[in-house]
Amino acid sequence: MNRATPALVTVLVLAAGSAAGAMQTDSSTHGSAAPRSATVDVYAAASLTDVFTQLAQAYESAHPGIAILLTFAGSSDLAAQINEGAPADVFASANEQQMTAAGEHIDGDAMLFASNTLTIAVPEGNPGGVTDFASLANPDLAVVVCAPEVPCGAATAALEALLGVSLSPVSELSNVTDVLGSVSSGEADAGLVYVTDLARADGVEGIAISGADAAVTSYPIAVMNTGDARHAARGFVDYVVGSQGRATLASAGFAAPRVAAGR
Amino acid sequence: MTKLPRWLVALAIVAAAFAILPLLGLASRANWAALPGQLTSPSARTALWLSLRTATTSTALCLVLGVPLGFAVAALRGVTRAVLRAILLAPLVLPPVVSGLGLLYAFGRRGLLGHTLDAAGIPVAFTTAAVVLAQAFVAMPFMVISVEAALAARDGRLEAIAATLGASRSRILGAVTLPGIGVAVAMGTVLAFARSLGEFGATLTFAGSLEGVTRTAPLQIYLARESDPQAAVALGLVLVALAIVIVAAAARPGRRVVQ
Repeated sequence: MNRATPALVTVLVLAAGSAAGAMQTDSSTHGSAAPRSATVDVYAAASLTDVFTQLAQAYESAHPGIAILLTFAGSSDLAAQINEGAPADVFASANEQQMTAAGEHIDGDAMLFASNTLTIAVPEGNPGGVTDFASLANPDLAVVVCAPEVPCGAATAALEALLGVSLSPVSELSNVTDVLGSVSSGEADAGLVYVTDLARADGVEGIAISGADAAVTSYPIAVMNTGDARHAARGFVDYVVGSQGRATLASAGFAAPRVAAGR
Repeated sequence: MTKLPRWLVALAIVAAAFAILPLLGLASRANWAALPGQLTSPSARTALWLSLRTATTSTALCLVLGVPLGFAVAALRGVTRAVLRAILLAPLVLPPVVSGLGLLYAFGRRGLLGHTLDAAGIPVAFTTAAVVLAQAFVAMPFMVISVEAALAARDGRLEAIAATLGASRSRILGAVTLPGIGVAVAMGTVLAFARSLGEFGATLTFAGSLEGVTRTAPLQIYLARESDPQAAVALGLVLVALAIVIVAAAARPGRRVVQ
């Protein structure tokens, strides 16, 4: 009993500390001036994992007192969480459909900040002898894609239709990270991932798809009214869509946002 | 039974609410009018059917292999038994994704055994067989632990008598020991089936997800949740109902064991 007491005290002190922290965040967001300290909850698509970690670190060091708390998952997953009341201040989605799904919680407007294209990932050495997109239709190849229900899968389906190639995948997964895992472990001969995913994957090689730019995925970002740090959130979003953010995104392989004609 | 202290009853009520609220939460999100349609949709039916088939196969595997393993562990003594038991039961508490990775590195294309299997023309990756392996791996400990515990509770007198009457080892096993631990084997079977039916992480990591081949009901729920949460809830409720029925079935023979 006596030995447990210090641990209990530590827990209580920590709890009190975090409660105080939360109160501080609250009061700062009610002020009209730029907040001195705030925690911004950023919900970002899985394919943004590396680049948003970088962006958040750069933003934090330039803005002392602001903490960026990153949550990464599939965009549809994040949209569902936000609709269920997750305290997101910012949502960065891997396609516009999922931003629309969380649309009623957008504060202001959503902005496109990057675009991405699909590419073929193969295990190192290309054991399946993949040459181009059409060669993926070979029934002897184990091809892994995202399920049509999620953004990368929707992009895959669009590309199949566009290039007139019909794939018969051995597995349809819920996010790009799982597709990459199947390829890098050598279980699959090929997988369809975003160009930017190749840079962050070990043990895989890329094979470009000619004509892939015809099926571009655009990434929208928006401040959400579900959070408690809207002012600070706006600052971070401005940074991402601004010149510095764009440069970081470009160095991670993301292309500039493209606005399709007629929108 | 003696009267319980009030504070204990209060805590018990909190705990019960904690266990029941998520089930009510699921039920609250169901679209009851659309439920029959959601459950008879092709993808839901395919997933449920695949789940039932694979869980039945993996349970059979647990019976054929897990019962002998339970006997073998029970026959050991001392440290060997304790260590082996701990290793064999580890899948009970391992994160399923770790089990999946282990299976991948053992039976996957580049795995310890997978390479040989692949060369022999028996690919495991992305097949229904991979689903069965994943389920059997995580469910087997239930059978082993049930059999082993039941054997440990026996004093071996009946077996000794049968031996003096000239019965062979296999005869003693079939006519005396197995009937004696029948309840435990039944309970192990029910729990292994339930665990197989609910398997998710190891399956996704090891077998992948393709309709009709590897996408069992839990994987279908995971995917549907992204695009059609109500359909996910509908399928989830079926699994909740199955789980309750299975646990109720397991609890009945359990009471007899205690007596």
